[in-house]
Amino acid sequence: MIVKNTISSFVTAWKGMALTLKHFFAAGKKRKTLDVKNDNYFAQQEGIVTVQYPKESIPVPEVGRYQLDVVIDDCIVCDLCAKICPVDCIEIESIKGTGPLGQTSDGTVKRLHAAKFDIDMAKCLYCGLCTVVCPTECITMTNKYDRTVFQLSDLTYKFSAMTPEEAEEARTALAKQQAEKQAAKEAAMKKKE
Amino acid sequence: MPQISELNFLLTYSLVAVLLFSFTALFALFAVYAERKVSAFIQDRLGPMETGKYGSLQTLADILKMLQKELIVPAVADKVLFVVAPVIIFVSVYMGFASLPWAPGLIPSSINLGVFYVFAIVSVESIGILMAGWGSNNKYSLLGALRSVAQVVSYEIPAGVAIISAVMISQSLNLQEVSIQQGILTHETAKFFGFWDVTHIGGLFAWNIFQAPHLILAYVIYFIASLAECNRAPFDIPEAESELVSGFHTEYTGIRFAFVFLGEYSMMFLVGMFGVLLFLGGWNTPLPNIGSLHLADWTTGNIWGIIWIVAKVLTVVFVQMWIRWTLPRLRVDQLMDLCWKVLTPLAFLCMLISGVWRLMVM
Repeated sequence: MIVKNTISSFVTAWKGMALTLKHFFAAGKKRKTLDVKNDNYFAQQEGIVTVQYPKESIPVPEVGRYQLDVVIDDCIVCDLCAKICPVDCIEIESIKGTGPLGQTSDGTVKRLHAAKFDIDMAKCLYCGLCTVVCPTECITMTNKYDRTVFQLSDLTYKFSAMTPEEAEEARTALAKQQAEKQAAKEAAMKKKE
Repeated sequence: MPQISELNFLLTYSLVAVLLFSFTALFALFAVYAERKVSAFIQDRLGPMETGKYGSLQTLADILKMLQKELIVPAVADKVLFVVAPVIIFVSVYMGFASLPWAPGLIPSSINLGVFYVFAIVSVESIGILMAGWGSNNKYSLLGALRSVAQVVSYEIPAGVAIISAVMISQSLNLQEVSIQQGILTHETAKFFGFWDVTHIGGLFAWNIFQAPHLILAYVIYFIASLAECNRAPFDIPEAESELVSGFHTEYTGIRFAFVFLGEYSMMFLVGMFGVLLFLGGWNTPLPNIGSLHLADWTTGNIWGIIWIVAKVLTVVFVQMWIRWTLPRLRVDQLMDLCWKVLTPLAFLCMLISGVWRLMVM
């Protein structure tokens, strides 16, 4: 019994050690960092697996589920993304335009100015719901995942193309238009009387 | 005023001591780096890569960090024991180096009781470990220390008996004498496996394990027991990270921790070197004289001696690391089973064969 045990423990110990030695000597090789879609992705069984990250990185799909990006020219400021966001990380301030403001790339007419379009990436939980509800597909997730900043506020991405002055201008234009409309309305009322 | 000769004596011996200390320190730096690289390669990782080329300055950076750290003594610790323990652990190992020969003409202290001395002084380490565990006043430390002492004391028996079987073959406790007998410088006849006279051929064939083949078994026993004595995996229950945090040195910081670590890695080299000296030919070359090719004659000497012994010991240290990163830790009862039911009887068998071999064959 004890002889048998001793022999089998030496044999099994040797098996394990042969395996680790094989890996030790295969350390000269390096596994290629393949895309997960590659057919040979699981074929590589030997060699170092470490990816020395900042110097090299694993390829990710072009449309990854990482940080958000907004093409503000295509945005119609419908606020759907801000409403669906579970963590309320999108903050939008809209100003009504005095008339049609142009068209997005898919032909939708823009009627609102985006005075403010901030996304707090520190809050974002990368669920992707905002990209689903966007009617013009202007908000997308990109393949960028590495962003290190020194100030937490730097993680609030500001996408609005308007300067404060432009926003103020838009506001006064809107107020003026509304005042004119109001005046026209009052004039019409007076006429009726 | 001391005499000039006394001064010389003091100077030589301090120089030897400083040299040995710097060697152990350098070896520990190298071995920690090697350990991390070996473990990384075995696990298909890269290991340290950032500090210096291929991470070569990593351990230097580590030790610099350690030197700057605060020395913390736990409030309820036994302060004297706690502070003295790392020194005892390191010094006991360090003193073991005193009687180990490095080359035919290079031995710090050629004493007749070399084998006995090394074996005895190394056992003092377990007192240091017990002091560290008790002094820390921490249950994990104490458990680790208790386990360590139980383990070291048990494994000294098979190790000791295996060593005795080698000593019976060479009939000397002087490690330099033991080494000389395993090569072409021997004054006695060396026989490969007891029948082929290799006195003038030397090399691999004159090593103790080949002069008397049962010493291969004795060496395996010694090697396993030596792993247990330096508390290394698969016998690392004294510092089992997953159960005991890190055993007896849990509470140590800074330079004290560095000393414990230094002691541990010097111990690896010491037990490796001791085994090499007794079984694997010491500083003798593995190359034999073949006809007119006097490889053994050409590769024997003081420089060659240092090269051979360091190469052999580093190989043994590599095997220690290789085992550590392959085999899982033994349970306490398995540990005692292995020691008392397998290794000890086998070691006694080796000793018996050694006696018969000495009388009948040599």
